[in-house]
Amino acid sequence: MRKQVLSTSISVGLATGLYGVSFGAIGVASGLDVLPVMLLSLLMFSGASQFAFVGVVAAGGAPITAISSAWLMGIRNSFYALRLTSVIGPRGLLRLLTAQLTIDESNAVSAAQGESRMQKLGFWATGVAVFIFWNSATLIGALAGNLMGSVEQWGLDAAAAAAFLGLLWPRIRQNWQLALLGAGIAIATTPFLPAGVPILLAAVVALVPFRGAK
Amino acid sequence: MITTVILASLAVYSWKLLGYLVPQRFITDSFRGFSERVTVALLAALVAIQGLTTDGEIEFDARLAALAVAAVLLALRAPYILVVIAGAAAAAGLRMLGL
Repeated sequence: MRKQVLSTSISVGLATGLYGVSFGAIGVASGLDVLPVMLLSLLMFSGASQFAFVGVVAAGGAPITAISSAWLMGIRNSFYALRLTSVIGPRGLLRLLTAQLTIDESNAVSAAQGESRMQKLGFWATGVAVFIFWNSATLIGALAGNLMGSVEQWGLDAAAAAAFLGLLWPRIRQNWQLALLGAGIAIATTPFLPAGVPILLAAVVALVPFRGAK
Repeated sequence: MITTVILASLAVYSWKLLGYLVPQRFITDSFRGFSERVTVALLAALVAIQGLTTDGEIEFDARLAALAVAAVLLALRAPYILVVIAGAAAAAGLRMLGL
């Protein structure tokens, strides 16, 4: 049981690592230096928020748009934290570390376990594995990004799109109308609005109540 | 740019920490539902922007095929890492063929 949780954690860490190479390469391709790209992975440590941030920067958006896109993208971590409070029960300063490791992957692996001891192990093992792989991969991607030519040639832009689709997939069945609408609005307004704003606009459609939406 | 990165990181961190500080009874089901919808809408928008636009223009290229490959693999319950690799490989392969 323990072994199984640890092996899941490591394989999730490896998968995120791959997409971390994409992030590093896309980060430098968007015009950032290696240091800010690394700081995003170390400090922000939330893939979708980081991609949203560099996406806005790449398209020449304003800093406030980059910050708010990343911020809005991070809302869901708060809900993972709410769930994890009862599982991990962190006290004092440990809360600060627990909070930093609270991401899609650590919550998902933890939630997939039955016993509460394994839920706890799943959170920590996945959180730490993803942190290590994600940051080393970002560094590799950022350093190699300058050397290996275009991000497009290696399909790394497509890897990032596929990775988002993978995160969206388990949620799409219940909310497919909303997903289509969000994607449609983002695409349709992209030619007319400053970078990052279409993503924020897609968030606004989440306010619209849907029949059957949960 | 470093300042912007740090501010944005603090903004994202504030959500993570908030969840550990707020007493659970303050979180209503409707707020939970709203958060799920925001996530879905944002992820869908990111898929669309990352997959179908370039520099503020709509562009259908090898990424569209990569997304189709990823969707098929996801429907077949393939592991996440395989989905990401296949997406990259599909786009890289098509571009190598000059498509």
